[in-house]
Amino acid sequence: MNKLKLSLSPHIHGGDSVRKNMFGVCIALIPALICSFIYFGLGAIAVTSVSVASCVFFEWAINKYMLKNPKSTVTDGSAILTGLLLAFNMPSNLPLWIVVIGALFAIGVVKMTFGGLGCNLFNPALAARAFLLISFPVQMTDWPVIGQDFTTIDGVSGATPLAIMKTAIKTKNADILSDLPDAWNLLIGNTSKSLFNDGPIGGGCLGEVCALAILIGLVYMLVKKIISWHIPVFVFTGALHLIDPMYADPVSHILSGGLMLGAVFMATDYVTSPMTKKGQIIYGIAIGLLTVVIRTWGAYPEGMSFAILIMNAFTPLINNYCKPKRFGEVVK
Amino acid sequence: MIEVILITVAVLGTIGLVAALVLFIIAKLFTVKEDPRIAQVNELLPGANCGGCGFPGCSGMAVACVKAADEGSLEDLKCPAGGNECMKQIAALLGVEAKEHAAKVAVIRCNGTCENRPHVIKYDGALNCRIAHSTCQGETLCQYGCLGCGDCVSACSFGAIKMNTETGLPEVDYDKCGGCGSCAKSCPRNIIEIRLVDKDKTGMVVECVNKDKGAVAKKACLTACIGCGKCAQVCGSDAITIENNLAYIDAEKCTLCRACEEACPSASIIMLGKPRKEIKKNNATAKKADSNTNTVKEIKTTNVRPYSSPIKISFEAPLLPSQQYLLAGVVDLTPIAQATVSDNQQNSKTHSYDAPLLPSQQILLGK
Amino acid sequence: MKTFRIGGIHPAENKLSATSPIKVAELPKIAVFPLAQHIGAPAKAIVQKGDKVKVGQMIAEANGFVSAHIFSSVSGTVLKIDNAIDASGYGKPAIYITVEGDEWLESIDRTPQLITIKDKPELTDKDIVEKVKNAGIVGMGGACFPCHVKLSPPPETKPEWVIINAAECEPYLTADHRLMLEHADEILVGVTLLMKAVNVNKGYVAIEKNKADAIKIMQEKASAYDNIEIVTLKTKYPQGGEKQLIDAVVSRQVPAPPALPVSVGAIIQNVGTAYAVYEAVMKNKPLIERIVTVTGKSLKSPSNFLTRLGTPMSQLIDACGGLPEDTGKIIGGGPMMGKALLSTEIPICKGSSGVLIMNEKEASRTEPQNCIRCGKCVDACPMGLEPYLLSDCSELKLWERVEKEDVTSCIECGSCQYTCPAYRPLLDYIRLGKTTVMGIIRSRNTK
Repeated sequence: MNKLKLSLSPHIHGGDSVRKNMFGVCIALIPALICSFIYFGLGAIAVTSVSVASCVFFEWAINKYMLKNPKSTVTDGSAILTGLLLAFNMPSNLPLWIVVIGALFAIGVVKMTFGGLGCNLFNPALAARAFLLISFPVQMTDWPVIGQDFTTIDGVSGATPLAIMKTAIKTKNADILSDLPDAWNLLIGNTSKSLFNDGPIGGGCLGEVCALAILIGLVYMLVKKIISWHIPVFVFTGALHLIDPMYADPVSHILSGGLMLGAVFMATDYVTSPMTKKGQIIYGIAIGLLTVVIRTWGAYPEGMSFAILIMNAFTPLINNYCKPKRFGEVVK
Repeated sequence: MIEVILITVAVLGTIGLVAALVLFIIAKLFTVKEDPRIAQVNELLPGANCGGCGFPGCSGMAVACVKAADEGSLEDLKCPAGGNECMKQIAALLGVEAKEHAAKVAVIRCNGTCENRPHVIKYDGALNCRIAHSTCQGETLCQYGCLGCGDCVSACSFGAIKMNTETGLPEVDYDKCGGCGSCAKSCPRNIIEIRLVDKDKTGMVVECVNKDKGAVAKKACLTACIGCGKCAQVCGSDAITIENNLAYIDAEKCTLCRACEEACPSASIIMLGKPRKEIKKNNATAKKADSNTNTVKEIKTTNVRPYSSPIKISFEAPLLPSQQYLLAGVVDLTPIAQATVSDNQQNSKTHSYDAPLLPSQQILLGK
Repeated sequence: MKTFRIGGIHPAENKLSATSPIKVAELPKIAVFPLAQHIGAPAKAIVQKGDKVKVGQMIAEANGFVSAHIFSSVSGTVLKIDNAIDASGYGKPAIYITVEGDEWLESIDRTPQLITIKDKPELTDKDIVEKVKNAGIVGMGGACFPCHVKLSPPPETKPEWVIINAAECEPYLTADHRLMLEHADEILVGVTLLMKAVNVNKGYVAIEKNKADAIKIMQEKASAYDNIEIVTLKTKYPQGGEKQLIDAVVSRQVPAPPALPVSVGAIIQNVGTAYAVYEAVMKNKPLIERIVTVTGKSLKSPSNFLTRLGTPMSQLIDACGGLPEDTGKIIGGGPMMGKALLSTEIPICKGSSGVLIMNEKEASRTEPQNCIRCGKCVDACPMGLEPYLLSDCSELKLWERVEKEDVTSCIECGSCQYTCPAYRPLLDYIRLGKTTVMGIIRSRNTK
């Protein structure tokens, strides 16, 4: 018999692990992944695989050669998740070298410089998307139309629903909104409307088109208790407050662009969201409000990623001031 | 076009000027007047904020130094990390005399290496000595000894103490250690002592804090102090006291003659900085199982005093285990009617005896 | 169904010995009685080497108000008074007695007849507390708080209910379950005695839903009493914690320490303590034996034993089929709050509710990773604290921050470390912070 072990209680563990959670989120992303392959074809596959491979490679390389860690952290699944989410933030015709740069920024600058998993202040995928948007604005806003098999540089590109909304606001012309796909089409991502209209309308980034797939992922994560319902629900609530019905109806806002993806997968990222339920509610509402503010009055048509990044910076403050209700505060 | 640039420059320049003015006024209004010498003394101090001087951080020490200098002398103040050179510099700056303080270093009073002190259980919890201490008596049978989780290593601001992964004990680098006491405060078992040492940073130390009875202590660790008192007997300067089955050497009275080191049957006493005595593995504890069948024919004592050399003795009858234990390492006996004694001047003398020596007489000769 | 309102986890129940009836354990050869078997000052030995003792004879007396007497559970000769390794992992003073025969003190009533409070109308509340004190009874759930101290609440508080803790929320343990199935009558008389001792009119016995047969029997027997109610609680850990129990049964939350549960009107006792009180008051029997669950996945036959105090655990383990080869940890108590033990020679003490043999696979801790800030520990904490913060601040020695974050409210249940996906040793560091902060508070108050 080996030597007896000795440590302090508790002596059992629930079996939950970082890997289980990360892979659970990856599984929840599968429906959206399949949708993006169907809609965008090979371009999507290329962008996704390059993104995941470079994120994993950079994390392994930085760990081994720069930090000289004996243990590699790539097995906990967080690099793969960052890779997937980063891919979902890019249009499928993005040149692959830009994808690699994005991965390097996400893993190297946003995650590893702060200390690795659990220490980053900003969401790596979103921060990388913002970095790429500012550095390569043309390539990042050149969305291809849905339904093409080869959506690389030669693909046809068009405007996204949000771009249409932005144009409406800028030109103060509500008529253009009739070009928007209706709610059902936004839900399943069929934003091409090539059957009923002349000009093809572009889709958006990989993860933004099919809201239904993202909702399926949300249900999966809630059932597996990976996230709680507070942040997604309150992001929607916050978004609903400021929408001006004159320009676009609330349902269109929620179903278009990255709001669905952001609310379900980006804002609920463990590391950058608050730890208490009260904090999560405030965080969700603020993100929703900020998104709509940026969409309506800001310079960019898409406001979700910036809203989340701004609120990420507020998370430590929210953590400090939103304490859970202590036992004993209520004396009935 | 050019007006745009001019207006921009003018507006930004004005904003900048106004901001600078506001900052300047605030800086002047709200400055705290401080004696400039305090900042100067602070520069000379190591800046580690170890607390060894007894003041809250180096800035606290700087304030105290300036205050003491105004009152006349820097006598009671000492920065252990900076040492005497640092105090001399501060004294020179403040225009007073500095006192030479005796050096102090941190001494680890435990020699329970992985070899000496076998592990009987495995500690699986968080690697923190305080937590391990509250869990159990440790991975060995000694409830006073070092736990090896490294609280002392993380407490040191000067990198003077490092964990030796082979032995499982911390080791002090006496060149870097100034005796500030951070490691001693962090040890939950008070194994680290800040002791006075002489100019060469050496001294005699009992490397054990085990207060259990001798037999119990010895079962746990080969080099445990068993409280036998031999060291106190041979000490010429009355520096050793035995309390709670543990010997303690008073650093102020010790003359570094090393007699206690030789006398100790467990090799518990060492001289700092010098190589350790050979630990006799074949002592009674280790060889209890086969000491009865061993016929000890010949012994060679290794307990040497600096002025004597090994003595070779042969015995008539096998030594009893208790006698072997006393001799600490004896293994065999043959009957003797004569003994040859030689000393380090290569003179040998052969004594003949009428009757074989009794074991007790042989033992006397052996000592 | 009633339950506590904040936090909680659902560990696997593993009640392997729930269907195993109580067996009487053999007498030991040498009984060892550590002098510190309770919260408060250790008892003082009143026997010496060579003294002859009988079962039920006092061998150590209480040292102060918050302390308890220790009685011999065997008859024989005192062998020595020496150090013995107890559950704390250190050698502490203990009385060793060589067992000879099984002679009991004549004053102890060993008949099985049930004596109710109606049979003894002359008993006053002070009598009951005095008898409890003279029997050396302490909390049998594992906390070992001297019972007579709890039954003498501070004069400014007003107790309203006695709540009996039969939740047994720890996985693996079944001692209280079997006690209720086999001695329900005596337990209920014990409850009436406790209610009389503190002069309250209402008693509750709180049982978790997973002990359906015990609930049924207790409800049947309690129908004879009009002021005792059996409450079924949802199976959730740590339902058996004092404060969580009060929250679930009467919906009141005890404020942060130094407030006591009695300040919201509740007096909590373990169901084993109620049984011991019955035996002490009605049968003159001091606390000399208890039910111990010996269990484990690799053990041949997990069982519940009626054991004399002082029996070495090795004897009980042998009676269950011997120590398995793949043993990794031996735990005194349950897996969530029990203490890992150094050896099997540790004696059964007043608070030893169970011996759990964990195999190596179950016992090994995984290497901790960075905190991923998932917040699952905050959701699990039944006291509404933030374990990740307390643990990090304790590790960084930020004691003022740790104190501000209410670490003294922590009940050390282990729910946080159980749920942490990064396998961080949260409770190890929180305990370090708690003991340091309590030391700081103590020294601040004594200045």
